[in-house]
Amino acid sequence: MEWRDQGILLSVRKHGESSAIIDVFTEGHGRHGGVVRGGTSRKIAPILQPGAQLDLTWRARLEDHLGAYTVEPVQSRAALMSDRVALAGLNAVTALLQFSLPERAAHLPLYRRTQALLDMLGPSAYWPLAYLRWEQALLDEMGYGLDLSACAVTGAIDDLAYVSPKSGRAVSAEGAGEWADRLLPLPAELLGGGDGSRENVLEGLAVTGHFLARWLAPALGDKPLPEARARLIERLRKDMS
Amino acid sequence: MMAKLPGLGPRSARRAVLHLIKKRELLLMPLADALHRVAVTARECTICGNIGTDEVCGICASAKRATGEICVVEDVADLWAMERGQSFKGRYHVLGGTLSALDAIGPEDLRIPQLVARVQAEQTQEVILALNATVDGQTTAHYIADQLEPLGVQVTSLAQGVPIGGELDYLDDGTISAALRARKSL
Repeated sequence: MEWRDQGILLSVRKHGESSAIIDVFTEGHGRHGGVVRGGTSRKIAPILQPGAQLDLTWRARLEDHLGAYTVEPVQSRAALMSDRVALAGLNAVTALLQFSLPERAAHLPLYRRTQALLDMLGPSAYWPLAYLRWEQALLDEMGYGLDLSACAVTGAIDDLAYVSPKSGRAVSAEGAGEWADRLLPLPAELLGGGDGSRENVLEGLAVTGHFLARWLAPALGDKPLPEARARLIERLRKDMS
Repeated sequence: MMAKLPGLGPRSARRAVLHLIKKRELLLMPLADALHRVAVTARECTICGNIGTDEVCGICASAKRATGEICVVEDVADLWAMERGQSFKGRYHVLGGTLSALDAIGPEDLRIPQLVARVQAEQTQEVILALNATVDGQTTAHYIADQLEPLGVQVTSLAQGVPIGGELDYLDDGTISAALRARKSL
């Protein structure tokens, strides 16, 4: 078995004295693990940093074997290391992908979105908004997408102001009535609008976080959401104040 | 047992053991003695986390080391590497690892609360974060900088860039851009 693909490095683990086991989100093969011989050497270790874009060749005798990778760097994202907020974003993205993605199942739209988001980290001031939309896309891709097209109560498509914490459907201000305080506030950013202000992005992350914890995590064995996501939110909040 | 040591496989361990047996008086006995002494006396310094034979290691106990500077390193091997350079005359703080989501290592698993308490108690002027230039290392550095921010202490980190003897052609683009950002006037 052999294939060649590009991917985003999610994690690295030492294997024996000189090798490493890496987990990569590849374009055509999804999240896929493999051994990199000499992966802890001075030559290869700097390439194997989470978030790096790699050109990969995977070889194994049988398809279900772990297999071995040969890696070539395509794009390093090491420059993000000096930017604490962007680094927190990178950590949250790689940790959430590692947490959510099933092994060896391609998710091309999510892959392309992830690549675009990682390229935005740091230089663009709007990357927190892109991150919020990426989390929304992650929920969609995992089969837990929010239905924000119309009000679940009245069917109206305007004035959507809340999300039901149970169904993930939008609710208009009129439809919410006296239940408003039990619903999650819906920022315009989750509907594709808004000005991308930090407050609204954080409000949106509270919504996606709720459904990541309520829907996705139980389906994955009730593991807690990665700490890296909480650290990013804390960092964004600190930056705002 | 020897084959379990880092750098030794079964064959090289067998060769080492045969050599030790051949040089029983010259090597084996002194080595066994030394290992026994280490097993009995080696301990972690209660202040910095370095390894020594007393409750407080030689560096923390030395009156010649500056008290206003603390250099934070990931593990004891990094502390020894810094000491080999002989250019740092302050004191150290060994974290015992880095934050890692994958290995579920959080701040409470490292010696970060002890560092914060130490900076407060010792009236430290500068904390130098000498952590690895990896994603985990730098995530930990930023986390520590956040924790120390309210104390008003100066927090610095090691420079990143072209290593001595390094050729630009062989450097990765991340190192080159870090070196460019940290350029200085000649």
